[in-house]
Amino acid sequence: MSHGASPLEQFLIRRIFELHIGGLDISFTNSSLFMIIAVVGITAFLNLSMRKSALVPGRWQSMAELSYEFIANVVRENAGSEGMAYFPFVFTLFMFILFCNLLGLIPFSFTVTSHIAVTFALAAVVFLGVTAIGFAKHGVKFLQLFVPSGVPIALLPLIVLIELISYLTRPISLSVRLFANMMAGHTMLKVFAGFVVALGIWLGWAPLAFIVALTALELGIAILQAYVFAILSCIYLHDAMHPHH
Amino acid sequence: MDANAAKLIGAGLATISLAGVGIGIGQIFGSYVSAAIRNPAAAPKQFGNVLLGFALTEAVALYALVIAMLLLFVF
Repeated sequence: MSHGASPLEQFLIRRIFELHIGGLDISFTNSSLFMIIAVVGITAFLNLSMRKSALVPGRWQSMAELSYEFIANVVRENAGSEGMAYFPFVFTLFMFILFCNLLGLIPFSFTVTSHIAVTFALAAVVFLGVTAIGFAKHGVKFLQLFVPSGVPIALLPLIVLIELISYLTRPISLSVRLFANMMAGHTMLKVFAGFVVALGIWLGWAPLAFIVALTALELGIAILQAYVFAILSCIYLHDAMHPHH
Repeated sequence: MDANAAKLIGAGLATISLAGVGIGIGQIFGSYVSAAIRNPAAAPKQFGNVLLGFALTEAVALYALVIAMLLLFVF
């Protein structure tokens, strides 16, 4: 970042090479580049670390096994044992978001998940998939999800309306949570980086120390948000498979 | 009133919601600590739930940020 640049400049999408097909702009951007780096990174991490798989795991192998076990536990605890059928999807989702978040922390890199277009696409896949699973497993009975048992008849129309709205806002809250966390964190880092330059060599150390602490916090947030996305997907999956309250 | 001034005031007002988020995050960690003192053995198992609650509450603060950003840069 050059001096005097806006803290929001880091979120700018640049075309690396232009590609227009039938009026559609499908140029290869820095966002696409970092998505590819994330996917290649995940594939390399999991394949290389498991290549020499030993009974007593080494450092890399235990990292791969830890991430697998971690998400397997999340799915088992939140979606039940029949939810394990969707474990590959949740694991892919978690690893993709985790790698995108962590790659974004490297200076001069681009944070893919700081764009609502990306996170909303991920959330929409989860929402549509979960709704489709619910209808495929239970048919019309899936709509029982919106009718909690033990509610007085007089209150029922209101409750059903509230449940319906809260169900429909799930993709919005899921996507805005991830995007806003990433955007806010990175903007905050850049704002404090601006303070370092503005305060000069004598006072600039204070915000610099704060940036170091913030970077540690952001590292935690990057992992936490990937975890939250995965766990909420599992909770939604559980709702779809057991619509009775 | 000047439209720009109204925009700035609106963005400032959007940050009032942080009061609620502050109460929420304090509530989560406060409850966790008091529960952990009562039953330290059960505390580590609940830390995942604490982090989940923290992340969900923190996200509410960020919705306020999104609203402030929308007011400032979109309208």
